[in-house]
Amino acid sequence: MPKDTGIGASSKRREDVRFLTGNGRYTDDINIYGQTYVHFLRSDVAHGRITSIDTSAAESMPGVVRVFTGKDFEGIGGLPCGWLVTDKHGQPMKEPAHPVLAQGKVRHVGDPIAAVVAESLAEARDAAEAIMVDIEELPAVVDMKKALESGASKVHDDLADNLCFDWGFVEENREAVDNAIANSAHVTTLELVNNRLVANPMEPRVAVGEYNRSDDMSTLHTTSQNPHVIRLLMGAFVLGIPEHKLRVVAPDVGGGFGTKIFHYAEEAFCTFASRQVQRPVKWTSTRSEAFMSDAQGRDHVTKIELGLDADNNFTALRCLTYANMGAYLSTFASCTPTWLHGTLLAGNYKTPLIYTNVKAVFTNTVPVDAYRGAGRPEATFQIERVIDKAARELGVDPIKLRRQNFITEFPYATPVAVEYDTGDYVATMDKLEEIADIAGFAARRAESEKNGKLRGLGVNCYIEACGIAPSKLVGQLGARAGLYDAATVRVNATGSISVMVGAHSHGQGHETAFPQVVAEMLGIPEDQIDIVHGDTSKIPFGMGTYGSRSLAVCGSAMVRATEKIINKAKKIAAHLMEASEADIELKNGQFTVAGTDKSVAWGDVTLAAYVPHNYPLEDIEPGLEETAFYDPSNFTYPSGAYCCELELDPETGKVTIERFSAADDFGNIINPMIVSGQVHGGIAQGIGQALLENCAYDPETGQLLSASYMDYAMPRADDVPFYAVDHSCQTPCTHNPLGVKGCGEAGAIGSPPAVINAVLDALNSGGHKVEHINMPATPSRVWAAMQG
Amino acid sequence: MAKVAMKVNGKSVSREVEGRTLLVQFLREDLRLTGTHVGCDTSQCGACLVHVNGEAVKSCTMFAAEADGAEVTTIEAMANDDGSLNTVQQAFQDYHGLQCGFCTPGMVMSATALLKDNPKPSEREIREYLQGNICRCTGYHNIIKAIMAASGQDVASVAAE
Repeated sequence: MPKDTGIGASSKRREDVRFLTGNGRYTDDINIYGQTYVHFLRSDVAHGRITSIDTSAAESMPGVVRVFTGKDFEGIGGLPCGWLVTDKHGQPMKEPAHPVLAQGKVRHVGDPIAAVVAESLAEARDAAEAIMVDIEELPAVVDMKKALESGASKVHDDLADNLCFDWGFVEENREAVDNAIANSAHVTTLELVNNRLVANPMEPRVAVGEYNRSDDMSTLHTTSQNPHVIRLLMGAFVLGIPEHKLRVVAPDVGGGFGTKIFHYAEEAFCTFASRQVQRPVKWTSTRSEAFMSDAQGRDHVTKIELGLDADNNFTALRCLTYANMGAYLSTFASCTPTWLHGTLLAGNYKTPLIYTNVKAVFTNTVPVDAYRGAGRPEATFQIERVIDKAARELGVDPIKLRRQNFITEFPYATPVAVEYDTGDYVATMDKLEEIADIAGFAARRAESEKNGKLRGLGVNCYIEACGIAPSKLVGQLGARAGLYDAATVRVNATGSISVMVGAHSHGQGHETAFPQVVAEMLGIPEDQIDIVHGDTSKIPFGMGTYGSRSLAVCGSAMVRATEKIINKAKKIAAHLMEASEADIELKNGQFTVAGTDKSVAWGDVTLAAYVPHNYPLEDIEPGLEETAFYDPSNFTYPSGAYCCELELDPETGKVTIERFSAADDFGNIINPMIVSGQVHGGIAQGIGQALLENCAYDPETGQLLSASYMDYAMPRADDVPFYAVDHSCQTPCTHNPLGVKGCGEAGAIGSPPAVINAVLDALNSGGHKVEHINMPATPSRVWAAMQG
Repeated sequence: MAKVAMKVNGKSVSREVEGRTLLVQFLREDLRLTGTHVGCDTSQCGACLVHVNGEAVKSCTMFAAEADGAEVTTIEAMANDDGSLNTVQQAFQDYHGLQCGFCTPGMVMSATALLKDNPKPSEREIREYLQGNICRCTGYHNIIKAIMAASGQDVASVAAE
């Protein structure tokens, strides 16, 4: 019987009411008295030297308050990178300056050159047209391998070349891996591209900077997944504003998918400029600007080799990846292709030896950083594609080959430095075979073939590492921040509760799911509990939401704080009932003395805490408010198995997904409805990557070719099917109090290989000997592959 | 500047606006009806969808001046008179048809327009109708279910959880 409240209930989302009635409050809905508007003049060339900027005409245009250029930011810090990667020679990565407004050079289409602050947006735009900029165009580097050739045009003049770092992992294993591959009975080699994507949350980025002379306080309202991270980076590294004089507010945020983690130039600009012009400054990105200024995702070019012994056991895995950084290092750009990628290369399999080399490259393109999954989809795609290719080469069933090599005993220490605490890959594969009706596929294929269509089925597994932690470890790996989170549980006198959390909800439903946990622990109704998030002046210092960490890390902090509340409340209840604290039990919102009929209600205890007339003041303080910081001891490891079944029209190359099934193990689940929704959305993004989406640059000029929804194919309702998702396989996480693992990225990690494996299955079933097809598998690519 | 007058959510309004003012800017900035959103600048995403004289219109594709004399309905006027969610809105909540909420006003306005013309749309008809509304969060699964449920159709038989 499904529960209707507390942990495990599909409670309807309370935030929906405001969103459904037009009462959400997104950053662009914020208008402050006296506000000005900024428009950024952006580079229309990918690479060039700025020889002159003349703003005089613009300055005299109607409504113009002030025009800013790079000169105004001399002596002010650049945008920092939050993760220092050390290369295989022990050298630190190259960290070129990332100015707020271009200084001397422009390095990608969209690089901001100047900013006009004006009374209205229209006036700011008009005046930006009047700025005269002379740019001496330089050759653009777009292709990563060409960027590393000697004599290639340099993105950053002060660096020796375009190589950011050359990372080896695990470097000590390199020779052993080489030997194992050389001695394997069979080696499958695959070269592939993980296509560049644009995250495209439906709400474009917005920043409103506000400076208050009366208390010297700067406030930034911004579309962020992590307001404290922005406060830390912008205050300490860019603008030099002490934290107590800087407030960052991220109200309702319309989707993030990673690209709203990072600290952006426009945020620093609006905060800085509001102080300069002594008025609020507002910037609202257009979608066209978003395509050339939001950090983009993926963009790996990889060669992977899998060794197998004569019995088809995996012996070793070796991969060489070129990872595109774009023109500058975005906030977490360096950790995505390294620690979030290399550590996942064991996947679900007991491959004993693994080595990866990652060359991170600067190019004249928009910076690349974490996008839903961040490194883990890239790792999964390589592993699951090369396994499928191996199965085809060896003539064995791809599911059987996977099952044979599954990790089956936990905890399991991988050869890539992580330890999986729990999992049951056999169970999720069994579940997948059931919900995808794999047994019935042959009949469905026969039916498709009768209609002149090819039908393919593709399967893959995935493992994810969520809730990046512990801080001590990530610090050793180069993180420049801790990765704990925090929660304050404030119980009010009448018993209602505000929980201030460091996590940020931008679609994940925290306002509903987090109270379910507290309600379960205290036995009071969910609607007595509210979540407060997104404002550094209200919440404890938390690290925000990304990497599927909210519940596993911040939720754990909330549990710890609630436990402290319960402990104190029991002391108060014991005093009120003149009983021993050890005998007090809390159930259904009532404190009772074990073995007696004595009880006091939750509200009686909370009232006593704030009106302490009859209260043990000599032992405990009045009030009922507790904070906990939680630093996990390990990542969490959700896992699963996905299946895509599709029809392919051999006349046109068009692929239609007929069925998509996902069997996930997320450990314990708080709200199954929300979890399913997260998986649905991730799958659509994965299908988008596999079949539709591609961020393309002209290889010669570096012009962004897919710069709007006219050219960048977002998945639409008729591009995707209904999905069958199941999360009944549950191996709870062993090291956090809720036993939860995280579910936000699974869909986007687990789906692209299933789709491509299915496309190849369809093609091969039609007699087309196609070994690989790069994403997105558009009709033209599929058709071309069929022509040999 | 041009004077425009129209009825928005049943209330007569008039303002002086620049000729280039889009209907969506007029709604958001002049009338402060911020429930209607702007998600793109090429009339692709549908976050700005409203009803003009009962027809679904992307309010970024129309000048405010073109709506002079029209009756405009936005998401702010969709709830029942007592403030409770109407049938379509309630179905979106019941079936988890929204996550971040940004595309949602456009989705609700689009779904409402569809159901007016086609009271019992099939799954395929709903998917095709929603081509002009992009959602990045839900993968559309629960939006389709919500619209089927709002039209009184049996949802459990067509799609799993």
